Amino acid sequence: MSGINWPGVRAIFHHEMTRFFRTITQSLLSPVVSTVLYFVVFGAAIGGRIQSVEGVEYGAFIVPGLMMLTILQQSVSNASFGIYFPKFSGTIYEYLVSPVGWIEVTLGFVGAAAAKAVLIALVILGTSFFFVGVHILHPVWMLGFLVLTATAFSLLGFIIGLWAKNFEQLQIVPMMVITPLVFLGGAFYSADMLPPFWEGVAKLNPVLYLISGFRWSFFGLADVPVGVSLVAVGLMIALCCAAIRWIFATGWRLRE
Amino acid sequence: MTAIIQIENLSKQYGSGTKALSDVSLDIQEGEIIALLGPNGAGKTTLISVICGLVVPTGGTVRVGGHDIRTDWRAARKLIGLVPQEIALEPFEKVMNCVRFTRGLYGEGPDDAYIEQVLRSLALWDKRDAATRELSGGMKRRVLIAKALAHRPKVLFLDEPTAGVDVALRREMWEVVDRLRREGVTIILTTHYLEEAEEMADRIGVINHGRLLLVRPTSELMGEFGRKTLTIEVTQPLAAIPDDLAGRGLHLSPDGRSLTYDYDTRADRTGIARLLGDLAGQGIMVRDVSTRQSSLEEVFMTLVSEPRQEVTA
Repeated sequence: MSGINWPGVRAIFHHEMTRFFRTITQSLLSPVVSTVLYFVVFGAAIGGRIQSVEGVEYGAFIVPGLMMLTILQQSVSNASFGIYFPKFSGTIYEYLVSPVGWIEVTLGFVGAAAAKAVLIALVILGTSFFFVGVHILHPVWMLGFLVLTATAFSLLGFIIGLWAKNFEQLQIVPMMVITPLVFLGGAFYSADMLPPFWEGVAKLNPVLYLISGFRWSFFGLADVPVGVSLVAVGLMIALCCAAIRWIFATGWRLRE
Repeated sequence: MTAIIQIENLSKQYGSGTKALSDVSLDIQEGEIIALLGPNGAGKTTLISVICGLVVPTGGTVRVGGHDIRTDWRAARKLIGLVPQEIALEPFEKVMNCVRFTRGLYGEGPDDAYIEQVLRSLALWDKRDAATRELSGGMKRRVLIAKALAHRPKVLFLDEPTAGVDVALRREMWEVVDRLRREGVTIILTTHYLEEAEEMADRIGVINHGRLLLVRPTSELMGEFGRKTLTIEVTQPLAAIPDDLAGRGLHLSPDGRSLTYDYDTRADRTGIARLLGDLAGQGIMVRDVSTRQSSLEEVFMTLVSEPRQEVTA
């Protein structure tokens, strides 16, 4: 690993984070407002009619799901936009002619996208304390799942940004794939609440494993074993890294 | 002098089947300025793009400072700075941060004193806190140069550095290039402005259809391929060119006081001696004689319109 150009990684990471902080109000306000609305609708309006899910107050039960929803959306959009924008503006040439390889570019962009997503998720967690009493059973695991999930989906977003040829393509995958997977992945309910057939179908959704593991770190409750959740997120990280390595090695959509 | 760039049998064929480079070989010496000339689509930008890592070659090798650009790309790229043809800058980023960022990408630690020196030399220091979108086109181009110099490269590629800039700014760019030459930076530039190549380059390479037609020292090229015009001023105005001198390609000025004669410096016999003898024979007294070298543009047009020639690097 000594061959890694660390100042290069730092430069990309810093550059991306600077862009985030330049629009800090917009970056933080939008997810916080959305979360407040979710709490009002799901927590107060609907949650009032649902007493508890597996012994956890419904308002508190949806907190991990809301954080996961934000993590997934923010990771994908931050990372995909982060790498797509240089392609759009033409500044991508700098990354291709300088002594940074796929590892440095990925660490810089994905690291920054994941860091932003984790920051926003933690702000949402802070916001939720104003609405519900949330007790985190395994805080270290919670942070671990948060970082791993943010990394996995930032890697996915990074691939989307490398693949996209226009802004429409950039938005279509998050809109048509990620958001439905999150909503169908148990963000607002436990898979046990579904009829057996649909519970089986839900278990084909990789996001279910992430939300399940994350919810376990809060309440000790999981739809699937925690180990399976960890393997799922690890597998996704490995697959995405392999894909990115291939893209940079072949120059697909980067070099002619 | 040692070759800082060694290009051997370089080829590039795009997926569409277009051959952008065919068997290009060239050694570029440390500290020299070489200008690559050629019409649109000749392969100039592809050649630069391959050396810098933007385009993957289909054949041949390139070594920069002894490092192969494919197997030892990190070391090779550290030696190179590129100023692209298109202005590509982050619109909301400040000038100073832009340059700092590039320096970081090249693995260099922060050095604001050096960046200040670069920005001052490009008359950008006053704009260091301005967002790049607020700058004029010429300033943006200078920011690109500053970025390319951020890591103290040994080799600088300038792809059409003065395309679309006004005359004053073009002169300013030439001064910048001249200063870099004095600092020992090897410069490879592509240009459409033949005057630019003539003004700045130690050597000129002519590319057409992906082939390097020739590489010659600028002065040698001008002398070897240049056409000259001989102007003969006569003491007594002439009403017309005498019949005995007709068919020699002579032109008489409207006032009848001078004759002009175009000749090829490559020809064994230029016909000048015979012409002057014949003028004397006609009793025409010569007051003064002068010659004018044809411009590089004329040289270039002659080269690219002639049948393909062998590469001489």
